[in-house]
Amino acid sequence: MRAVLSRLAGALPTLCGVVLVTFLLTRVLPGDTATYFAGPTASAESIAQIRTALGLDLPLPEQFWRYVVALSHGDLGMSLTTGQPVRTELITRLPASAELTLCALLLAIGIAVPLGVLAAVRQGSLIDHVCRVVTTAGVSLPVFFTGLLLVYVFYFLLGWFPAPLGRLDAFATAPAHVTGFYLIDALLAHDMETFRAAFAQIVLPAVTLALFALAPIARITRASMLAVLGSEFIRTARASGLSGPTVILTYALRNALLPVVTVLGMVFSFLLGANVLVEKVFAWPGIGSFAVEALIASDFAPVQGFVLTMAVLYVLLNLGIDLLNRAIDPRARRGT
Amino acid sequence: MSASETTPVDVAAPAVARATASARANSFAHIRYVLGENPVTLFAALLFAAYALMALFGPLFAPYDPLASDTVRALRPPDWHHWFGTDQLGRDILSRVIVATRIDLGIALASVALVFAAGGLAGLAAGFFGGWVDAVIGRIADTIMAFPLFVLAMGIVAALGNTIPNIVLATAIINFPLYARVARAETLTRREAGFVDAARLSGHRDGALLLLQVLPNIMPIMVVQMSLTMGYAILNAAGLSFIGLGVRPPTAEWGIMVAEGASFIVSGEWWIALFPGATLMLAVFCFNLLGDGLRDIVDPRRRT
Repeated sequence: MRAVLSRLAGALPTLCGVVLVTFLLTRVLPGDTATYFAGPTASAESIAQIRTALGLDLPLPEQFWRYVVALSHGDLGMSLTTGQPVRTELITRLPASAELTLCALLLAIGIAVPLGVLAAVRQGSLIDHVCRVVTTAGVSLPVFFTGLLLVYVFYFLLGWFPAPLGRLDAFATAPAHVTGFYLIDALLAHDMETFRAAFAQIVLPAVTLALFALAPIARITRASMLAVLGSEFIRTARASGLSGPTVILTYALRNALLPVVTVLGMVFSFLLGANVLVEKVFAWPGIGSFAVEALIASDFAPVQGFVLTMAVLYVLLNLGIDLLNRAIDPRARRGT
Repeated sequence: MSASETTPVDVAAPAVARATASARANSFAHIRYVLGENPVTLFAALLFAAYALMALFGPLFAPYDPLASDTVRALRPPDWHHWFGTDQLGRDILSRVIVATRIDLGIALASVALVFAAGGLAGLAAGFFGGWVDAVIGRIADTIMAFPLFVLAMGIVAALGNTIPNIVLATAIINFPLYARVARAETLTRREAGFVDAARLSGHRDGALLLLQVLPNIMPIMVVQMSLTMGYAILNAAGLSFIGLGVRPPTAEWGIMVAEGASFIVSGEWWIALFPGATLMLAVFCFNLLGDGLRDIVDPRRRT
């Protein structure tokens, strides 16, 4: 418990760094925040007015203090394009992004781990070569392009999936809000029709993201399985006459999964970034597409709020991965 | 100078020359061996040459003006006149794809060169001096790593302004921790090496030690790093222009061209997005393969 608390405390400086950087991005670098906030048609007078209203004429440390105080109230400013507080926008859109990212992650793990294990067990076989091609090609894929290819093949040519227009088609109504995840909410409401509709919409974007996340997971699974399979306790287990599957699944895989859990941190960094592109391709109403719309409209507060939210999420995810690692690996517990 | 004094040098010089020549022959043999063993690397090298030619002389090959629109011939699928078809304004997609090579590779190369210099030197200093220098550089790298990288790049470009130099800068910043870490780790293993001690004893100062002794030795690994991150830099820049940051239409650039083609995919005009997207993908693939191949040549221990 104490170790957990100390790890939590260790994340605090990182969080402070994140807040400082998001502040610096707007205030110190060239580029005039007041002009951004005022919009392209503003006069010099109204820009000056906005500067005073936003406190941009104050000394920097005081501005930073105000920013931190506003943050501690959960105040991320107003979005000029939608006229809503940024926080409300982000909260209503976050479940869409989270649902997509989690589905993609589960799919990627579900394919990549067995693939990596098989490639390691049958080294040099066909499946090993498949694994190598997938890991090299996977990191080369521009997600926005693979997404479009999938849309062309599976929507336009084959017609298996609906048009890439968000989480539900225009005729369906969203299920009652419980978790914000349409798939789960629909199941809770026993509404199989909505579930099927939401499922059909999420398949293509989730597959696009998963293709991208697959490569690092498969690569690390293969490498760490190979390392574990060559170790002495596996030889002993084999020599003791344990069956192949027992040795591989209970002895080797359990140990090999530790580096896989660690690499998930990097995978999340990729996924959260790629999410923005995939949301744009599939008109997915998540926080990524919200940020992109704001960027194009030069509406800065949402972008800043988005960057901060993503960074805080990412720090928390890494913290969670760390704690998970500690829970499954006694050696990591002894480390601190 | 008498003849007897020069004799030892005269004797030694051919031996040294022989040793260098044989080392060089060895490394050539090694490169040939790696290329022969791994034809994929050879393929990547040829592909790279093709991209380099397109980047340097692209506008000369391009059959049409990449910006000339011809609304009569808009949205034509590929045929003999337009191998890659035409876009919604009747511009020749093949010409646009070729001409875009220079700007896409240029952005990636500029950002990689920038981070190579900045990250490499920072890592070198962190590894060599340790102490507070290491702590400060480590903190900066950690703070950058605390962001999902593409999101940070979006934030930087949005804050600094939507221009190409800022795309270059943002791409360099998000790669900084990687370079600083590799350079630091490589420096750490060499800091205590015999040749560094020897140079220190013969009166070199820290700066000279760093630049003349340590830097040349970590160079090969850093070059491999450059090749490996080129692909990522291209993807990043194209991704930013796909969401409307950086290069602006009507400039021919792969990310923008895919974005322009995106709205036509659902009505079946596949060629507008496919050709620039595939060219982009192949470029990234080429750099990743090349990086893996270079790593095999420079550092055989890390082969996977």
